[in-house]
Amino acid sequence: MNDMKSLAQRVKELEDQLVVCIRCGTCQSVCPLFEQTHREADVARGKLALLDGLGKNMFDNPNGVEERLNRCLLCGSCAANCPSGVNVVEIFIKARAILAEYKGLSPAKQVIFKKLLSDPKTFDFFTELAGKFQGVFTKKDKNPQATSCARVISPLLDNRHFPSMAEKSFHRLTPRLNTPVGKSGIKVALFTGCIIDKVFPRIANDVIEVFKHHGIGLYIPDGQGCCGIPALASGDRKSFTKLVAHHIGLFEREKFDYLVTACATCTSTIKKLWPSIYEGKESGTRAKIGKLSEKTLDINQFLVNSVSLDPRDEIHGTKGGPVTYHDPCHLKKSLGVAREPRQLIKASGHELVEMEGADKCCGMGGSFNLYHYGISSRIGTLKQQSISDTHCDTVATGCPACMIQISDMLAKSGAQVKVKHPLELYADFLRNR
Amino acid sequence: MKKKTIIDELKKIVGAENVLADNEDMVTYSYDAAVLDAVIPIAAVMPENSGELGKIVKLCSEYCLPMTVRGAGTNLSGGTIPHNSGVVILTGKLNAILEINEADMYAVVQPGVVTATLAAAVEKKGLFYPPDPGSQAVSTIGGNVAENAGGLRGLKYGVTKDYVMGVSFYDAHGEHVRSGSRTVKCATGYNLAGLMVGSEGTLGVMDEIVLKLIPLPKARKSMVAVYKTIEQASKTVAAIIADRIVPATLELLDNFTIRAVESYSKAGLPLDAGALLLIEVDGHPGQVEEDGLRVEELCREFGADSVKVATDENERDRIWAARRSALSALAKLKPTLVLEDATVPRSKIPAMVKSLQEISQKYDISIGTFGHAGDGNLHPTILTDKRNKEEWLRVEQAIEEIFDRALELGGTLSGEHGTGLAKAPFLEREVGRSSILFSRRLRKALDPNNILNPGKVTGAL
Ligand SMILES: Cc1cc2nc3c(=O)[nH]c(=O)nc-3n(C[C@H](O)[C@H](O)[C@H](O)COP(=O)(O)OP(=O)(O)OC[C@H]3O[C@@H](n4cnc5c(N)ncnc54)[C@H](O)[C@@H]3O)c2cc1C
Ligand code: SF4
Ligand code: SF4
Repeated sequence: MNDMKSLAQRVKELEDQLVVCIRCGTCQSVCPLFEQTHREADVARGKLALLDGLGKNMFDNPNGVEERLNRCLLCGSCAANCPSGVNVVEIFIKARAILAEYKGLSPAKQVIFKKLLSDPKTFDFFTELAGKFQGVFTKKDKNPQATSCARVISPLLDNRHFPSMAEKSFHRLTPRLNTPVGKSGIKVALFTGCIIDKVFPRIANDVIEVFKHHGIGLYIPDGQGCCGIPALASGDRKSFTKLVAHHIGLFEREKFDYLVTACATCTSTIKKLWPSIYEGKESGTRAKIGKLSEKTLDINQFLVNSVSLDPRDEIHGTKGGPVTYHDPCHLKKSLGVAREPRQLIKASGHELVEMEGADKCCGMGGSFNLYHYGISSRIGTLKQQSISDTHCDTVATGCPACMIQISDMLAKSGAQVKVKHPLELYADFLRNR
Repeated sequence: MKKKTIIDELKKIVGAENVLADNEDMVTYSYDAAVLDAVIPIAAVMPENSGELGKIVKLCSEYCLPMTVRGAGTNLSGGTIPHNSGVVILTGKLNAILEINEADMYAVVQPGVVTATLAAAVEKKGLFYPPDPGSQAVSTIGGNVAENAGGLRGLKYGVTKDYVMGVSFYDAHGEHVRSGSRTVKCATGYNLAGLMVGSEGTLGVMDEIVLKLIPLPKARKSMVAVYKTIEQASKTVAAIIADRIVPATLELLDNFTIRAVESYSKAGLPLDAGALLLIEVDGHPGQVEEDGLRVEELCREFGADSVKVATDENERDRIWAARRSALSALAKLKPTLVLEDATVPRSKIPAMVKSLQEISQKYDISIGTFGHAGDGNLHPTILTDKRNKEEWLRVEQAIEEIFDRALELGGTLSGEHGTGLAKAPFLEREVGRSSILFSRRLRKALDPNNILNPGKVTGAL
């Protein structure tokens, strides 16, 4: 291991971003983790102070800071409410990278990110293998969330109830697509995203259907992979950079007006992190990333703002039953998108019933759920209670990662509530009209 | 005393999961919202009930360990910066609202209850807990009482001290002391509850607080008036009061702040305005109507270029959004923000504002001023970068001069942020030598080993 001084030097690169924190403590009021633990090291102010300390060479080794830095959902609730405008998530991601580069990735993470995730083909191969075998280790729950759970006690699965891997991932069903522009006059490229591809292909299928209905040309290139956030969250900037470059190449091949995703996390990563964290040197690619991220849109936002949805709900009345909506952090807090998914739900003929704290984090936080399942579940249980309190039989949310967490929580509580993407509701509406 | 023994003893009281002692965690309890140097404590402990809290205080007393209670750590005077051989007591898990009594209109709470949480719970029952510090979404009732926190509604509804009916606390020896009652009137014994207000953890550690509640006003009306000069705005403030109208809030933004807010939130504020007054009257619908019209009239009479009255809740929210974003807007201009709260008699606001402008020029630093014009509590907000040593020196000199000017005008060093470490060295200028000595003797008598938040308020004993 290098000496701590050189690490301090590297952390000092963040100084200009770190000094923006005025230690006002406002972030305590919105941090879902702090609400559970009441520990200062769990909230943004504490973590920023720790990074400041690391930059001032206050610690003998980086492990304690690293451990605390990783206890974070990267939900951005703090940043969205910070009076001083501290770019918390970007700072944390850069700091994780600095620490990982200093210490080296753990061997397991090296295999996952460097070998698996950063190469879409290998990743697909392994997840498909896992999909084929999942029935051996897990059994299907009989619930509206259509989850599965472990057959035998397993340390990896814990008592999770997770939506099953699809029998056939989306890219197997539709390896590539390039449809011409129709009556809308708009051409869109779709970034599928891992979770939709492997767990919820039904959402991507609905995208195809809805776009066809509205005469939107759709481009889905072959060979898509992960947006890179799991690698980044573990500090692996190299794999992330490789993935970004890979996708820039893919989407370069066709002209389109918007890059759309149905995954809040992918959208937020492409718009916020691709431009700020990509570390490739070529200025050409940088400019391309800037352009692509600028025309990237969340699917709800795209449909509501760029396509004229007829006010059909008014003609047909609300007949779809009441639906409640959960704001994914990566949509509302990161991108400020909150109105559009609600409009899409209403346009699908549903009454929208607001839950208490619709924009409170569901506790997923990507790998946070993996390493801190206990706290993640406690946060998720609060969400489940707010959902159940609305007495709706469907909860919609614009992020497949939130869908996984919410399904788990609802399944555990035995609630008879379906979990859907707003786009699915809209597609259902078009089909059943 | 060995650190390890102390930690083991603390763990026996609250369980290992509620004791923190790693160097990293200690760094996170070394600061608060004041711009002061950090101090690293030896341990932090999180009691889950009053009994555990009492045992912790007793332990500290036996081992002569300095202790600093920490609520949300949002105070602006260094009140929660610990002693380097001391323990930090965290009230995060003492956060139960024990009772809201609608018939007798009071609430009993543990000190870690968040101000806004209490306000919302009380409002659900049609009652009102008015003190609303800008930090209410995070600040705790314990911190509010210990700092005598104010807020936007101070003019009409008073500050935290006006709502404290009773307090129970552990003294420096770990004895449980009760004072005040659940009755509106109480004339037994010393007013120890009153003594705890503004005590900043130097006289005892509170475990329960009884707060007065009042009926929720039925109606309210907000307006914003735009002025060319700050003098016109101040004269309006005086005129409103002279007319025997007491608005719930009467807030002022100076030109520097207006420009900062506008560039931050594009709310359409007039960039050339010398000052804005934001006013809200509340109470019975009939009276609100009447007062509202009269205030509007007075604003115009005293030179407002325009007065806009909110016609619905949305418009009201928009008016107050400008005030709420004042601090954010200023904070974004420079890395370091020093939020002062020198307060002068209402009539001296023009003089104080003028002084602030002179000071800002003299020391060549940026100061944005906004605040509670109705009660003379201004927030001169200095924007700087602490890393710039030369400028920081000028900032320190400017702060001292702000203090002096406020005192010359018959005011106080702090309207609501407390003394803490930041203002302790200056307190004598305001209250005189004998008051400091009295306070020190009082402390010494109650806390002979000087373990309750040493260094705060009265300086070193
Ligand atoms: C953005 C911002 C806006 C603010 N706006 C206002 C405002 O409008 N008005 C205002 O008055 N203040 C304001 N403040 C200052 C601060 O929020 C208040 O002083 C608040 O009362 C502090 O509450 P806290 O829970 O953070 O207390 P802390 O900062 O944790 O503690 C404050 C003091 O109380 C003591 N204490 C806490 N709990 C106990 C207990 N149980 N027993 C004994 N002592 C205890 C501590 O030892 C310390 O001395 C603001 C601060 C910020 C950062
Ligand atoms: S809200 Fe922002 S400025 Fe305030 S403590 Fe948290 S990160 Fe720092
Ligand atoms: S990103 Fe979320 S979990 Fe992490 S510190 Fe901010 S609010 Fe807390």
